[in-house]
Amino acid sequence: MSKEMTIHLKYWKQNGPSDPGHFEERTLDTVNEHMSFLEMLDVLNEELQLDGIDPLEFDYDCREGICGSCNLVINGQAHGPKDKTACCQLHMRNYKDGDKITIEPPRAAAFPVIKDLVVDRSAFDRIIEAGGYISVKTGSAQEANATPIEKEASDASFDYATCIGCGACVAACPNASASLFTGAKIAHLNHVPQGELERTKRVVAMVDQMKEEGFGDCSNFAECEAVCPVGISISAIAEMRRDYVKAVIS
Amino acid sequence: MKLDAKIPDGPLEQKWSRHKKEMKLVAPNNKRKYEVIVVGTGLAGGAAAASMAELGYKVKSFCIQDSARRAHSIAAQGGINAAKNYPNDGDSIWRLFYDTIKGGDYRSREANVYRLAEVANEIIDQAVAQGVPFAREYSGLLDNRSFGGAQVSRTFYARGQTGQQLLLGAYQAMMRQVYEGNVEYFPRHEMLDVVVIDGKARGIISRDLVTGELMRFEADAVVLATGGYGNVFYLSTNAKNSNVTAAWRAYKRGALFANPCFVQVHPTCIPVSGDYQSKLTLMSESLRNDGRVWVPREKGDKRHPNDIPEEERYYYLEERYPSFGNLVPRDVASRNAKMVCDEGLGVGETGLAVYLDFRDAIKRDGLESIKARYGNLFDMYENIAGENPYKQPMRIFPAVHYTMGGLWVDYNLMTNIPGLFATGEANFSDHGANRLGASALMQGLSDGYFVLPATIGNYLADEKPGTRYGTDHEAFVQVEKEAQEQIDRLLNVNGKRTIIDFHRTLGKIVWDKIGISRNKEDLESAIKEIQELREEFWKDVYVPGEKNNYNKYLEFAGRVADFFELAELMAKDALDREESCGCHLRDEYQTEEGEALRNDKDFAYVSAWEFKGLNGKLETELHKENLEFEFVELKQRSYK
Repeated sequence: MSKEMTIHLKYWKQNGPSDPGHFEERTLDTVNEHMSFLEMLDVLNEELQLDGIDPLEFDYDCREGICGSCNLVINGQAHGPKDKTACCQLHMRNYKDGDKITIEPPRAAAFPVIKDLVVDRSAFDRIIEAGGYISVKTGSAQEANATPIEKEASDASFDYATCIGCGACVAACPNASASLFTGAKIAHLNHVPQGELERTKRVVAMVDQMKEEGFGDCSNFAECEAVCPVGISISAIAEMRRDYVKAVIS
Repeated sequence: MKLDAKIPDGPLEQKWSRHKKEMKLVAPNNKRKYEVIVVGTGLAGGAAAASMAELGYKVKSFCIQDSARRAHSIAAQGGINAAKNYPNDGDSIWRLFYDTIKGGDYRSREANVYRLAEVANEIIDQAVAQGVPFAREYSGLLDNRSFGGAQVSRTFYARGQTGQQLLLGAYQAMMRQVYEGNVEYFPRHEMLDVVVIDGKARGIISRDLVTGELMRFEADAVVLATGGYGNVFYLSTNAKNSNVTAAWRAYKRGALFANPCFVQVHPTCIPVSGDYQSKLTLMSESLRNDGRVWVPREKGDKRHPNDIPEEERYYYLEERYPSFGNLVPRDVASRNAKMVCDEGLGVGETGLAVYLDFRDAIKRDGLESIKARYGNLFDMYENIAGENPYKQPMRIFPAVHYTMGGLWVDYNLMTNIPGLFATGEANFSDHGANRLGASALMQGLSDGYFVLPATIGNYLADEKPGTRYGTDHEAFVQVEKEAQEQIDRLLNVNGKRTIIDFHRTLGKIVWDKIGISRNKEDLESAIKEIQELREEFWKDVYVPGEKNNYNKYLEFAGRVADFFELAELMAKDALDREESCGCHLRDEYQTEEGEALRNDKDFAYVSAWEFKGLNGKLETELHKENLEFEFVELKQRSYK
């Protein structure tokens, strides 16, 4: 039979952006090793409600690691201890009986807290708005196989395109930089020939928007790559900076 | 009410092109005078918002997530079909059409399905132009793979993340239009009702999920691209926030709901491990190419699977279906898994699982080759289930995955309420009683990029540009008031049982009695149980928090309230359909060998249900759209 554990939780409560916020604590006695981390929080919320206490708010949707909604910082680590794993895919068998777990929202000036662990990540949308696309109208595309693309280039483009937009990179960065997120989108589009025409315009618009949103700059800590749940490489940032410098000098 | 599907005349291959030629157009300088509300930002909604904005319409886009990029289309793994015939293996638009209509067990419209097959090729062109990094061969050209229900390779894919890549393409196209000022974007907004004035859809009431404020939005047309209702089962492969609320509230305003009992159950998911389980995870059905499905022959055999000798293993699919074996279609595989578990042969702690065993494939092809084929899936399984599938069989069980039913729409994707459209999984139109793999992405994008942007103009051309009643109109005031009353009512129950507790209990009734197989007795008792539990819900539910704040449990409460009503309609629909077809197996209607027995004479129709009231029980009226097959011959499926 599966094991049950006792887990001591300490979690951030904040009733809106203007509330200073504080930690609360609660111990759960019936944590099953097969539970996902978020299911453990569901159990916490069921207990809280039965005691007439407002539940803990946190963002989630697909619970299979692809939508990018969840973004908890667990014991100081974005998405928790498991390598290349979003916290919805983290299971309690990675913890042991009696463990203490602290849960916080991803903290960054550009991600204001909405409530408890839920933050506003609309800055990411605005970075994409600024230029994270290839400007092709519906119906105006040429035949799909008209332009062959080297398999290596296409595969590299795919690797960058798998970014799920969760914001772990921002949470982990000492400068709260969104360079990995922004660089990944730029690299996705630059590695296919369709993206070439807007290459210069795109990098300037997106990098400038990133600054505008209040994200810091990159100083090569590489914490972002370490916590990224899909393993986006920081070479995306190197490519972005090279392109940006080239664009503003020329 | 007379249902008119508005299918264009003429030969099948010419219907769509002829219709496009004959539809009315809106002049470019007039387009900006029309506003269109699009609810939902998945493939169907995101693509529609982007494409209509490019045409010049003013679009308002709403989604419940914090970003349009998180819509559940993102989780689709396998791929997207199109009859490009790049592999030169004899594919054609006709074949894609034929496979889809046969796969749907002849419960969809020929004209719609043909159009879908026709438009699919353009989707691939569009996606490549947007920079979607589909898998390629060393030649630099696009790669294809094969999928269930087809004898050709026509599935385009981007590793196991095709949905993600296609959705990001649509999302980025939409964000470009947000930047251009043609799309006004409302994330973290939930549509609570549609506003109908003089018989036409004129706007919506939505709730700002951050502040809790109810807001009124007026437009010339409303598009619901709000996905499916699989979460009525509580446990499904759907995202946690997926829900039926937008479609259901439109239904209660007069839109017809079609074929609600058509729900696809996917055979290869990771089984439930306990009551705390919040969702189910799908494992690609490609695993059945090499895995062998079995259970112990003896009831209650608790030995480790590796200790059970060959002769004591029951390879039930191979024994029952010698010619297709482990590769029978989804519905057959799901049904048989449930059957052996009902017989007490199920495995694992709960007894609700069967083994999917790769031992023989590893012996035959070597560990490395199995790893190359399925490595990521094996890792995912080990992460969730905590067992190593290279060393012992996986445990799998069927799970609710996709809903073919949805709002009734005509050929133009318009519901019976003029000005109210439904696209993607939210409508019922293209998959009949069963959807083939890699066809959901195709339909969502076909509706969003190509069909709706064309057909909506045909509707708007007859609407005077700039018609505005104002959001102070009594209809807006009244609908908002009703939405507010529902919220207050939920918060005021102040009972003792949590929303999740109720939802889980409802889901169990729906799964047990309106699930993989159905019968009259179960369906009748399900209706009674649903009604009783619904009454209990409104007496004893506890909804925490406040209405004027971010409150996820309040959101859920409203959605669960709607699921309670939908569940009753599903049971009624399943009861009415006295035949077995596609996903819908009625125990009473089977062949002597225990296979689904369709009844084309009496049931070749779309069930379109009209809301007539709710007073302890759901009052409805059934309208039937007869399906006519001019171009294909109806055949019984056999996989023996």
